[in-house]
Amino acid sequence: MTFTLAFRNLFHDRVRLTVTLVGILFSIVLVAIQLGLYLGARSMIISMIDRAHGDLWVMAYGTKNFEEAQPINVRDRYAALSTPGVADAIPIVASFTDWKKPTGGSTLVVVIGTDNEDRGLSPWNVTEGNVTGLGARDAVMIDKTYLEELGVKQVGDTAEVGASRVRVSGLTEGIRSFTVTPYVFTTISRARTLLDMPADKITYALVKLEPGADPQTVKAALQAKVPDSEVLTTAEFRTRSLNHWLFATGAGVALIGGAVLGLLVGTVIVAQTLYSSTKDHLNEFATLRALGSSSGYIHRVILMQAALSALLGYALGMSIAMAVVYLTENTALPIMMTPGLAALLLALTVGMCAISALSAIGKVMRIDPAMVFNR
Amino acid sequence: MISETANAPAEARPSPIGDDNAEIVLEARQITKELGRGAGKVRALKGVNLSLRAGELTLLMGPSGSGKTTLLSILGCILTPTEGSLSVAGHSTAGLSPEQLADLRRQHIGFIFQSYNLFPTLTAEENVRVALDVRGKRGSQAVVVAQRALHRVGLRHKLKSYPGNMSGGEQQRVAVARALAGSPSVMLADEPTAALDSENGLAVMQLLSEIAKDKSRAVLAVTHDPRTVPFANRVLRIEDGIIVGEERRAEGIETIHELARNRKRKANA
Repeated sequence: MTFTLAFRNLFHDRVRLTVTLVGILFSIVLVAIQLGLYLGARSMIISMIDRAHGDLWVMAYGTKNFEEAQPINVRDRYAALSTPGVADAIPIVASFTDWKKPTGGSTLVVVIGTDNEDRGLSPWNVTEGNVTGLGARDAVMIDKTYLEELGVKQVGDTAEVGASRVRVSGLTEGIRSFTVTPYVFTTISRARTLLDMPADKITYALVKLEPGADPQTVKAALQAKVPDSEVLTTAEFRTRSLNHWLFATGAGVALIGGAVLGLLVGTVIVAQTLYSSTKDHLNEFATLRALGSSSGYIHRVILMQAALSALLGYALGMSIAMAVVYLTENTALPIMMTPGLAALLLALTVGMCAISALSAIGKVMRIDPAMVFNR
Repeated sequence: MISETANAPAEARPSPIGDDNAEIVLEARQITKELGRGAGKVRALKGVNLSLRAGELTLLMGPSGSGKTTLLSILGCILTPTEGSLSVAGHSTAGLSPEQLADLRRQHIGFIFQSYNLFPTLTAEENVRVALDVRGKRGSQAVVVAQRALHRVGLRHKLKSYPGNMSGGEQQRVAVARALAGSPSVMLADEPTAALDSENGLAVMQLLSEIAKDKSRAVLAVTHDPRTVPFANRVLRIEDGIIVGEERRAEGIETIHELARNRKRKANA
């Protein structure tokens, strides 16, 4: 009967139910978008690091993230190759430069140079062309998301990077940059040309360890050999990049702050409507108390109301959130929805409604059951 | 016959009821209740002694502000007395926490309220089942018990009706069924006929008098409605927080039909 009572109490006043659901829905959509943006941003920030097949990264000292790295001497790569436990050290070149659009104007891009045969960091999610095609003259690969921004329409279109001509030889899908600066994949030699980088310079040496080698031991040994550079494990580089973009710049704090704000607003709205619903049904709760119901029984009714509100609000909120996710899928700033985030949102919604129910429970617990005689 | 001994010490006064062998299911001794605080403090009850025996319908009558409802609240374990002792079905209420008092109400007391206090969003059957649910009786067993209680009060045809679609008399009968379903030792009714017309009021009193015939249950109704007197085994009168009189109705209880017949006879005379 607790479910029946809760259900009927909830659906008895459709206007109040609508207000409650709008409150929950607003909260869920806001939190989903904020956390979805956070996840999307997180994914973009670490995509290059996670997609690279390596265990250690040798880079310029103090490098904060993948895109903003100063060149190091190629000797560091050889130092890595001579370190015990290292199976390979793959050179990668990455830096900002200008892309001159064929339609006029220019835009900033990040050119990433790596040789496919090294199997270090190749473009993924290739939808048109293939990675081996990068070996062709002037070939570069870009993401579909940035076609318009780069002033090209399809494979075969040409543009200028630095003083060199480039030709789009393939397209990827979903390789986006947190800085909204398009990535341009090419071979390491062409990247050097496009970036005007000397042949003795690289941006990273991506180190692959021999099976069984201890990353920390190799890292320490390698660091000793390259005192002017910095050696980080993949996990350390990932953490450093995330810390820089999400927390040092305040972007992540803003997103998480927005999510917390959404939760607070939702909690207040749900608490207000639950409290007012409970107030309206106070005499019924007093009757229950007079009939001898335990406090737990009444708590169950109120919590059941909160849980029903949560589930309904969650279903509606998630429907809208999923629509937003779908609409932003191919934009430069996609909102991500993962099973984990969906589960977290459900937990947050239920928690928010449970917290909201506390004020209503407090009100009921202060009822004088003798009020049943005073109507 | 009005007895002036109701407020005398228990051992000094004669038994207020006819059947001395009947079990005492509720006993209040020297109940005092102070309401309010400071300068606004009022002694609503001033040493009330009262026993309810199984198989009896007792009326508690008195003017407004005499302490009827306060006494009913104390007898129903909703309020606690400032002084005095109360025992329900052999259980003393002394020192019980609000939760333990709720437990005592759940186990032994049924309430009927002046304004019925039904749940407007539940059907008649569901209203009765709520009272069973708080007692932990659920499922098909609860449905059977609820339906049986509603049959007993003549609402077999209203099981699925909502309070809003029922007359005041029907709603009060649902409330009686709700109180009855829990098989309480004591049924306490607060002005059960006050919101009803004459016919429905008499029908509800008839129902209560029948329920009171059960030898395991006592019924106490607070009322100021003189039409209810013929149904009672005993009438207690309360004024200014003191029971000032007690009437035992030796002639027995009139049925609604007898009442109607007697009224007609009086009118003809």
